[in-house]
Amino acid sequence: MASFTKITSHAVVIPSENIDTDQIIPARFLKVIDKDGLGKSLFCDWRYNADGTDKADFPLNFPASQGAQILLAGDNFGCGSSREHAPWALVGWGLRVVISTSFADIFKGNSLKNGLLPVVVSQDVYQKLLAAQKADPKAQITVDLTNKLLTLPDGSTSNFPVDAFAQHCLLNGIDQLGYILGFDDKIKVYEGSHTYAN
Amino acid sequence: MAKTLFEKIWNEHVVVEEPGRPAVLYVDLHLIHEVTSPQAFSGLRARGLKVRRADKTVATMDHSTPTLPKALQVIDDQARAQLSQLEKNCAEFGIRLFALGNEKNGIVHVVGPERGFTQPGMTIVCGDSHTSTHGAFGSLAFGIGTSEVEHVLASQCLLQSKPKTMEVRIDGTLSPLVTAKDIILAVIAKIGTGGGTGYVLEYTGSAIRALDMEARMTVCNMSIEAGARAGLIAPDEKTFEYVKGREFAPSGAAWDAAVERWKKLPTDAGASYDTLVTLDANKIEPMITYGTHPGMAVPVTQALPAAADFSAGSERQAFEKAMIYMGLEGGRSLVGQKVDVVFVGSCTNGRISDLRLAASVLKGRHVAAGVRALIVPGSQEVKRQAEAEGLDRIFTDAGAEWREAGCSMCIAMNGDQLSPGQYAVSTSNRNFEGRQGKGGRTFLASPATAAASAVTGKVTDVRTLAAV
Repeated sequence: MASFTKITSHAVVIPSENIDTDQIIPARFLKVIDKDGLGKSLFCDWRYNADGTDKADFPLNFPASQGAQILLAGDNFGCGSSREHAPWALVGWGLRVVISTSFADIFKGNSLKNGLLPVVVSQDVYQKLLAAQKADPKAQITVDLTNKLLTLPDGSTSNFPVDAFAQHCLLNGIDQLGYILGFDDKIKVYEGSHTYAN
Repeated sequence: MAKTLFEKIWNEHVVVEEPGRPAVLYVDLHLIHEVTSPQAFSGLRARGLKVRRADKTVATMDHSTPTLPKALQVIDDQARAQLSQLEKNCAEFGIRLFALGNEKNGIVHVVGPERGFTQPGMTIVCGDSHTSTHGAFGSLAFGIGTSEVEHVLASQCLLQSKPKTMEVRIDGTLSPLVTAKDIILAVIAKIGTGGGTGYVLEYTGSAIRALDMEARMTVCNMSIEAGARAGLIAPDEKTFEYVKGREFAPSGAAWDAAVERWKKLPTDAGASYDTLVTLDANKIEPMITYGTHPGMAVPVTQALPAAADFSAGSERQAFEKAMIYMGLEGGRSLVGQKVDVVFVGSCTNGRISDLRLAASVLKGRHVAAGVRALIVPGSQEVKRQAEAEGLDRIFTDAGAEWREAGCSMCIAMNGDQLSPGQYAVSTSNRNFEGRQGKGGRTFLASPATAAASAVTGKVTDVRTLAAV
């Protein structure tokens, strides 16, 4: 997994609440057996016309959105299905951060395992970010994982919460499976002493 | 100290717990299917790892399998390749697979309980958010992503931060034709699609105790639609009776020992939850969703909200966006709304009791002209049982399609789907935009409401159908 320390970028904004993983990547794209190439199907049904051309009014298609590494989205982002294809598609498009006022649990966990940082902000900070991006679509936001610090376009800062272990793994590009397998001896002991594990 | 059901299961399964780190939690049963597992097996191969406990791993094919009875033509080459990849993976790593065509094949959350894999007190995971279904047995069951599928395949463990607990207490008695589906839609409408985020829900109260096991599975299944990863119901005699004698359930002395263990699982008197929500079962009516997430639900006879009911802001915008997508006007009830398709099935409502309920409504009646009704059993076992009871004849005599087992129109990646603009009353679990097919519009409801709506061709309060 790619490590993550600090990113400065403009944001693409999709201000809807409860954006579910069926919108992020519809089920018909889940028939793949690898993780690559899902970026082109990100938000497919919101992003493309029936003839496959871009919908000009969808934020991902705005000229100013191109190259953005940060997505700013409404509350309860990533609800619904457990498909890890959702973060794969977001990362596939080039995103490294999603900022929202809250995230669904499974999506959050999946994102952290793919170098995509979910940043939870207060409603106040969210509104400030919306306003700043509206005033200047290229307004720069800095996400500093080491210090868990968000720097808004006006220079003001705000702390954001990240689970300490997730932060450690992301900063150092540590893969969680390696960490779990390090406890092999304890897993063996557990299996020897528990009913279901026998 | 008094403990909740959740705490007892959690404590029993912690392998390692270090300060500031998530717990390493042991997994007793790992269910897998074709869609969320291929990349996990690729990961294992890339690292040269084996499946640690193939004996605790069970695979089925369900999401992308076809349900048309005779041909069983897989929808496309991509789906065929994915199904074939699961077969290869299971063969290579020695995992039991109920493949397409196997008499034990079916939806993962129907197969687990019906074969006796699902047992009280277990930790159960699957790369599927509706794994919460298995919580009906008093097992801690939740959906995971594909990275975590790889973790469990390789180590039989997961890293988990301890969630909070919410008691959802539902006392009282359900009225006739009000079902478990109506209970859970009422719960989600009350707490919202994000209301359960960070929590494990435990459903308690007399109305829950009165439910049979299949109804309890329906309730727990949709816990994720309130944002909760898991829902739990304490095991009791009904649970033991359901599990007893099933193919992979313990037997003989092991059975007696298991029941003794299971009897200790229910939440102790005096144990506390982090939060409490209550509902009165007497007041729950047949529920239906009208919008684009499961929290947008009302009693079927009740008028939908109108834009004016919301103060300006994101909630009002969300409501207006949903109403545009659904092509509906607020302020009036959905009763009488035209319906194009009715779908009875899915891991939420595809079990034998669901089919019996739908059949009881359809018996002697006919699906309205112009309405397509699909009845899709949750497993081949459910299909055989329904046919033994003659339910298939009731359905086909009524003009409905009787299908093979699978996820079918719940997920629209197998050939069964809505056309753009169509309205469906569906017993499945998600009414997200495009969930049942691009541009399709879903009303989630119980099998009784779905069947009644198939008969009239309109959204219908099943209690108003005249007796046949």
